[in-house]
Amino acid sequence: MNSSFQAQVILPGAAAGQLLVLSEALSFWGGVDPRSGDIIDERHPQRGRNVAGRILALPKGRGSSSASSILLEACRRGTAPAAILTRELDGILALGAVVARELYAVRLPMFTLNATHYRQLRDGRWLRIRDDGWIVMSDGCGPAVTKG
Amino acid sequence: MATNGLRLSEADRAMLAGERGDAARLALRILLPMARIYGAEQLLDIEHAHVDGVLLHGESGLDFAERLLAAGGRVVVPTTLNVGAYDLLHPEIYQGDEQTAAQAQRLMQVYVEMGCEPMFTCAPYQSGARPPFGAQIAWAESNAIVFANSVLGARTQRYGDFIDICCALTGRAPACGLHLTENRRGRWLFALQGIPPRLLMDSVLYPVLGYLVGAACGAQEGEGEAIPIITGLPPQTNEDQLKALGAAAASSGAVALFHAVGITPEANTLQDATQGKKPEQTIAVDLPALRRARDQLSTVGTAQLDVVALGSPHFSLEEFAALRPLLEHHPPHSDVDFIVCTHRIVLAALQQRGWLGPLKELGVRLVVDTCVVVAPLLRVQRGVLMTNSAKFAHYTPGNTGLGVVFGSLEECVRSAHEGRIWRDEALWQA
Repeated sequence: MNSSFQAQVILPGAAAGQLLVLSEALSFWGGVDPRSGDIIDERHPQRGRNVAGRILALPKGRGSSSASSILLEACRRGTAPAAILTRELDGILALGAVVARELYAVRLPMFTLNATHYRQLRDGRWLRIRDDGWIVMSDGCGPAVTKG
Repeated sequence: MATNGLRLSEADRAMLAGERGDAARLALRILLPMARIYGAEQLLDIEHAHVDGVLLHGESGLDFAERLLAAGGRVVVPTTLNVGAYDLLHPEIYQGDEQTAAQAQRLMQVYVEMGCEPMFTCAPYQSGARPPFGAQIAWAESNAIVFANSVLGARTQRYGDFIDICCALTGRAPACGLHLTENRRGRWLFALQGIPPRLLMDSVLYPVLGYLVGAACGAQEGEGEAIPIITGLPPQTNEDQLKALGAAAASSGAVALFHAVGITPEANTLQDATQGKKPEQTIAVDLPALRRARDQLSTVGTAQLDVVALGSPHFSLEEFAALRPLLEHHPPHSDVDFIVCTHRIVLAALQQRGWLGPLKELGVRLVVDTCVVVAPLLRVQRGVLMTNSAKFAHYTPGNTGLGVVFGSLEECVRSAHEGRIWRDEALWQA
């Protein structure tokens, strides 16, 4: 059985990919290397993982407003996540994605999840997200097969 | 474009239709989704902007600015520029590669060509940009934001790269957050208690207190801005001290507004600061708590010293006036690189007063337009940097690779004189 739930749309767009779930907030500035997509924050539990092309789930952003610059730079270099899910709204990350859409025509959909749904996310699972925020998470290790 | 819940004015609609040019249209196309995300019901007029996007983080920041300039971008409100990643008046001190240097300079130039004032300072409020009480503004740069909100009583959200110039090009900002009176209510009360009189009179108190307050606010979960209220500061607290307090609180905890009762303009009384409500929480700040915060600002405990860096935010003329007699009594050791970061207006004032020559003769290096934690200016890649700035202390290890020691202004000067860390422990005794 796949599980499915509704997310709130911050920036619309459909996406599919493998989940990378961060256990703590992350600042992209000083936390992600836009050249590679690697998480480089020394104190972060997921240091060394790579965000490129993943559906990135994190509780919230953290710190500097320059995080939007780093996310934009990642979009330019093709190292950005395929979509971002947060538990708390993060305007700084959203701004980076809004500018990426206008400047590079890169679409980086963004959604927020309530705490119950956020807790159901499992690192490594495959996710399919519809434009309206309907999310299907595969039960196993392959992509979820869905209709519509 | 979806603008659900957001009411646009006639002028906004005209701008969105391109009637004020492509750059204003593009800027509004970025502002509108952000306004919607923040839950704003409309945009409001601003009368000043301070732009941080002039600091190079990568090619995309330059792409963005060039795109706006090519689309005919001109700011429509007085707009000042934050630091760039290059000292245009002292190019010889740059230690990075040529390509990055060229991009850093080009980015600064592009913003100037869009009509921004080439002030290149993180302390615009001490360079003549002082929006009046109650003014709606769009400022970026965390220390400038907290100063404008708290000390000037002007009103800005915590803006950052990209959105700052979008506000400047349109003259508009989302009507939400700290732009609105009800969101400026102080929430957590930090009450100074039992602080020894000497420490209470020393400027070192303020960055340490700010760092403590910011960290405590940053750790709070929940809705809304973390707005601290501080009681127990001496009434003669000056602007440079409030500058240091705000910069520290914005570094450790993203504080965008604080109220100091009896000192800042929205806090004549505690009742004013809380808008008649009760503080949500009261936190006693005593000497041991301040000592812990002070200790967190240093990452190394050795006696070694390579660099002293002052001026984050940029050093004011008053701060130079306090520094000069200390330096005359305790000139820096030749092995210590003594750097002060400031802005062009202060540099000109130093020259005019005949202070610049003597400072240089004492071995002081002045940096303008930028600072040592955002541009490669240090001659050493490792070692120990001492500072009286909590903001420098916070960002030095990550941005420069050097270890950091925090101390008072006198401790910094006397350490530079000795060539090793000098401490005035009595300052921190009960």
